[in-house]
Amino acid sequence: MNSMFRFLKSLFLLELFGGMRVTGRHFWRKKITLHYPEERAPVSPRFRALHAQRRYANGEERCIACKLCEVVCPAMAITIESAQREDGSRRTTRYEIDLTKCIFCGFCEESCPVDSIVETHVYEYHGESRDELLMTKEKLLAVGDKYEAQIAAARAQDAKYR
Amino acid sequence: MEIRNFTLNFGPQHPAAHGVLRLVLEMDGEVIERADPHVGLLHRATEKLAEQRHWVQSLPYMDRLDYVSMMCNEHGYVLAMERLLGIEVPERAQYIRVMFDEITRILNHLLWLGSHALDVGAMTMFLYCFREREDLMDCYEAVSGARMHAAYYRPGGVYRDLPETMPQYQTSKWHDEAQVHESNQNRRGSLLDFIEDFTNRFPGYVDDYETLLTDNRIWKQRTVGIGVVSPERALQLGFSGPMLRGSGIAWDLRKKQPYEVYDRLAFDIPVGTNGDSYDRYLVRIEEMRQSNRIIKQCIAWLRKNPGPVISGDHKVAPPPRADVKADMESLIHHFKLMSEGIGMPEGEAYAAVEHPKGEFGIYIVSDGANKPYRLKIRAPGFAHLSALDEMVRGHMLADVVAVIGTQDIVFGEIDR
Ligand code: SF4
Ligand code: SF4
Repeated sequence: MNSMFRFLKSLFLLELFGGMRVTGRHFWRKKITLHYPEERAPVSPRFRALHAQRRYANGEERCIACKLCEVVCPAMAITIESAQREDGSRRTTRYEIDLTKCIFCGFCEESCPVDSIVETHVYEYHGESRDELLMTKEKLLAVGDKYEAQIAAARAQDAKYR
Repeated sequence: MEIRNFTLNFGPQHPAAHGVLRLVLEMDGEVIERADPHVGLLHRATEKLAEQRHWVQSLPYMDRLDYVSMMCNEHGYVLAMERLLGIEVPERAQYIRVMFDEITRILNHLLWLGSHALDVGAMTMFLYCFREREDLMDCYEAVSGARMHAAYYRPGGVYRDLPETMPQYQTSKWHDEAQVHESNQNRRGSLLDFIEDFTNRFPGYVDDYETLLTDNRIWKQRTVGIGVVSPERALQLGFSGPMLRGSGIAWDLRKKQPYEVYDRLAFDIPVGTNGDSYDRYLVRIEEMRQSNRIIKQCIAWLRKNPGPVISGDHKVAPPPRADVKADMESLIHHFKLMSEGIGMPEGEAYAAVEHPKGEFGIYIVSDGANKPYRLKIRAPGFAHLSALDEMVRGHMLADVVAVIGTQDIVFGEIDR
């Protein structure tokens, strides 16, 4: 009896039709596709992508060249040189992040005592050569200036967890 | 006339080679006489690199070992460090870790199922599995900020608590207010609500996968009786995880050597009977259901018990950010931990976790410095791959792909 049942089940391709029912159901379902780049997937405030250097509201750069990010970086992607500025404050003369080395671990942001180096939500950047992927101080500050509103909002949203 | 075996080079760029596996196959017609895996193409010297970095700095590199089950790798590493340090982890952190370990297990098994089915010829599975992975990666992103390489676990706990809000979809010219409202349905609450919604939907998805595969005659022809490993042989070969359970041995570190809070959670260990690819498929499918069950229990506990998620011992875990800015002592701790790292006592420790692929172990030797003296990674995939020759011998060329699929191989951990 059992083998008879199995024979019939096999003959009428029952399991294949069962599978087709599943795919058919999904065929008529509402699509979940996003039309990138007009549409984007939601991004969490903790998202880690392209780096930026921030400034205070008065335009002064935040970084005090404490070199904590340089020493914590596991990929050794950060290079810093510092000197005293005319007004006596300690500033970086060179601040570079090599994006070809960076593993986007977020430790630099975690370590920075003045919230200067941050990781923004900008995940669409490219470089055609290694030079272009070497983020110099100017480039980092420019990214920071451009996305300051977004950076500050994300930091504020996440402040109570850190 | 002389008859010679034909030697075929499989990979390293073959899409079914799961990364960079190079196999030299000696074939008699279409039957495999000998399979010789050549490993090492993805060697990045993780173990050696760890000797030059202080303890926490190596943590993001653990993500990159088995790059489909990131947090489980981290778990093995932080567990080993915690054993050596002898510190207590807050209970909430333990539950969060267990929850994310199980999320990781589902992530891994979904990728395995999708790619295994794709290798064997079922394209649809791949798309369905990746749709579910997307939700889980959103969970990863919500807690850690990265969709894959999370760097979320820390010695002494986890970096940040679970967020109260989820990012939401925005309207666009393709999707109006009403449609966006609908896709944001499960994103209005906290991360826990989001995960709970997923756990409610997930068993239905697994049913769909099973409808597509479990009874399917093509799937059965390709997997039943392929790559059979007897229980004795599985033990001798050093198998672990689903590969061992597929052969009928109920060995699971979560039950046998419970770590974190696994001894307080209810779940079952599925075992196979025949030790073939089909049984291992059934074991992994059931593991996904069991993981789902564990996640539900963790959510229920986490909702009721707020609290700290990282140890308060500032010789190990950095103080909260607000304190760093307000209080000198915290600032000093912060600077010391970020520049010098954790001071580890002298000694050695081994910690193993039930990784989605098997027993993932980290053995560390410390000479009292702020870096490991030696770090050894016990990757489950390595033992499985060494048995490839035995498993494919006598099978057809197409079955090699099925066997590689059933072993769930990832080269990040094998070559490390
Ligand atoms: S994200 Fe990590 S790897 Fe990249 S620069 Fe910062 S610390 Fe270095
Ligand atoms: S970015 Fe922050 S951590 Fe790095 S040198 Fe500047 S102040 Fe210090």
